[in-house]
Amino acid sequence: MSQTATASKASTVEALRKRAYNIRRHALRMGEVQGQGYVGQALGIADVLAVSYFHALKIDPKNPEWEERDRFLLSIGHYAIALYAALIEAGVISEDEIEDYGSDDSILPMSGMAAYTPGMEITGGSLGHGLGIGVGMALGLKRKQSTSRIFNLLSDGELNEGSTWEAVASAAHWKLDNLIAIVDVNDQQADDKSSMVLNYEPIADKWTAFGWETYRVDGNDLEAVLEAFDNALASNSDKPRVIICDTLMGRGVPFLEKRDKNHFIRVDENEWSVALKELDDVYGIQSGEK
Amino acid sequence: MSAKKKLKTSAMIASIAGEDQPTTSAPFGHALVEAAGKNDKIVGMTADLGKYTDLHIFAKAYPDRYYQMGMAEQLLMMAGAGMAREGFIPFVTTYSVFASRRAYDFICLAIAEENLNVKIVGGLPGLTTGYGPSHQATEDVAIFRGMPNLTIVDPCDAVDIEQSVQAMVDFNGPVYLRLLRGKVPRVLDRFEGYKFEIGKAKQLIDGKDALIISSGLMTMRAIEASDELKEKGKEVGVLHCATIKPLDTQTILEEVRRHPDRPVFVAENHSVVGGLGESVASLLMKEGVAVKFYQIGLPDEFLDAGALPTLHDRYGISTKEVVKTIEQHVAVNVN
Ligand SMILES: Cc1ncc(C[n+]2csc(CCOP(=O)(O)OP(=O)(O)O)c2C)c(N)n1
Ligand SMILES: [Mg+2]
Repeated sequence: MSQTATASKASTVEALRKRAYNIRRHALRMGEVQGQGYVGQALGIADVLAVSYFHALKIDPKNPEWEERDRFLLSIGHYAIALYAALIEAGVISEDEIEDYGSDDSILPMSGMAAYTPGMEITGGSLGHGLGIGVGMALGLKRKQSTSRIFNLLSDGELNEGSTWEAVASAAHWKLDNLIAIVDVNDQQADDKSSMVLNYEPIADKWTAFGWETYRVDGNDLEAVLEAFDNALASNSDKPRVIICDTLMGRGVPFLEKRDKNHFIRVDENEWSVALKELDDVYGIQSGEK
Repeated sequence: MSAKKKLKTSAMIASIAGEDQPTTSAPFGHALVEAAGKNDKIVGMTADLGKYTDLHIFAKAYPDRYYQMGMAEQLLMMAGAGMAREGFIPFVTTYSVFASRRAYDFICLAIAEENLNVKIVGGLPGLTTGYGPSHQATEDVAIFRGMPNLTIVDPCDAVDIEQSVQAMVDFNGPVYLRLLRGKVPRVLDRFEGYKFEIGKAKQLIDGKDALIISSGLMTMRAIEASDELKEKGKEVGVLHCATIKPLDTQTILEEVRRHPDRPVFVAENHSVVGGLGESVASLLMKEGVAVKFYQIGLPDEFLDAGALPTLHDRYGISTKEVVKTIEQHVAVNVN
């Protein structure tokens, strides 16, 4: 790499790091409104969302329904808190909405739904729908000769659903090179660790065997995530792409990283300010600094 | 501007219990442990919702009789069918939405068509979560009522759940139970001699001014409404119909005919389409029983997300709203 390319990559990473910090901050502030919820997941996936929304995706924050946008499908409705944080950071949703997260008549319901929130493409929550919808949209985009792409963020739990694998097979069959699946492997499901609930390892081998171009990275290593996205998007293979991201729930807030992993966490009232403080310390940032 | 804080979804822990109502924690889990102590054919299976359907209590007591099948509801039903074929009595748990919507075909053919002894336990029936349509099983009864062989049980409270678990074990055939989980109110204790029986409706309160036929948590609301209306001088009967299918047609007809002038209200935690209300309506129509008939239930819509108390008010199934609905029609009737 030339010196200028190295410098520009470093500044890209630095900019994404700030975005990831802000996403985590927004998510913590929403978590505080309910006092509990899917904060661990949001902290875990923040780096991947930063790369998605501030590097990979083609979107117009002022016009979330822009025909030429890339479509980002969130099948895991409970991860809405994470996507809201990214959409707030991207300027699609106003930061003022944070204080109403999950409250009556909020545009940010706890489970993500298309009709409520700008930038929320599909109604998730019944897990295992997203990738199949993505197959249809990717076919539709090709039919329209559109160069837009479909991204689908799915969870390791969604790998349990048969419907996901119907879509995996179909996407390869149709050579959907405009479809990018992102799998959050946080090794957590509702009852237990994913590996205990229903072991899907070796995950990457399965996607490869189904005919996908497969990447697996540490989903909390921004540079690695960035590189995987760049390679996946630059590749001229005719296969669909999957980026499998191993993430740590609670990432960026040490006391949550260490806490017993749980699908749905409770955080005491006085702990939220501690969480925000720890996040600042990890990033070496003063709260609110952009 | 009002400083009143908006109610929160309060998510998975949403409880239907009133503030100082007596409750029992995880009645299903504890009853299943008790039943399993007497019958070693009982096994528990779940689709990554053991903790959220109170089956974790069973898992703890009988770890070697507990099968975590992963978040794969179709597989759960097929595997339940397989277990039953080999002579076991599987209690399979997931949320009502996923049992009824995603796994329907697998329940229908693998289980019901062969009349296999699988007990399907669905959490979050009707409107018992503020998560929106993905988790609100507003039409589960409508979906399942069309399935031959399947018995549908809609318990009112912890007492009903405790008794229905043993009744389901004693009953040979597929059953769908609309589970109330977590801290579940106890209300039927108050009716001496009350006994849950599959296929039987039970009169809880007699009253000449109106009759509520109800199931599930709406029986709790019906009792509260009847108590409130009594103070206002109106006697409202409550007939608890904990088995929705097969319907106890004999008891329902007898009760309705006993006071033919009483308006009949059917109250259910379910869409007004395809549930208990329409079952009772068609029964009365077929038998030529003409009464004033009203439904108290959820509208035929995809419902909002939000806090449960807000939503129960909004959709007319809170006690306050039930009282209002009855007063509208009973006042007219009495004057
Ligand atoms: C079809 C379906 N089955 C069950 C559920 C209930 N459920 C919600 S989240 C979840 C765990 C799924 O695993 P994952 O998304 O990996 O969980 P997380 O990493 O967020 O803990 C389950 C079983 C659901 N929403 N949809
Ligand atoms: Mg997970």
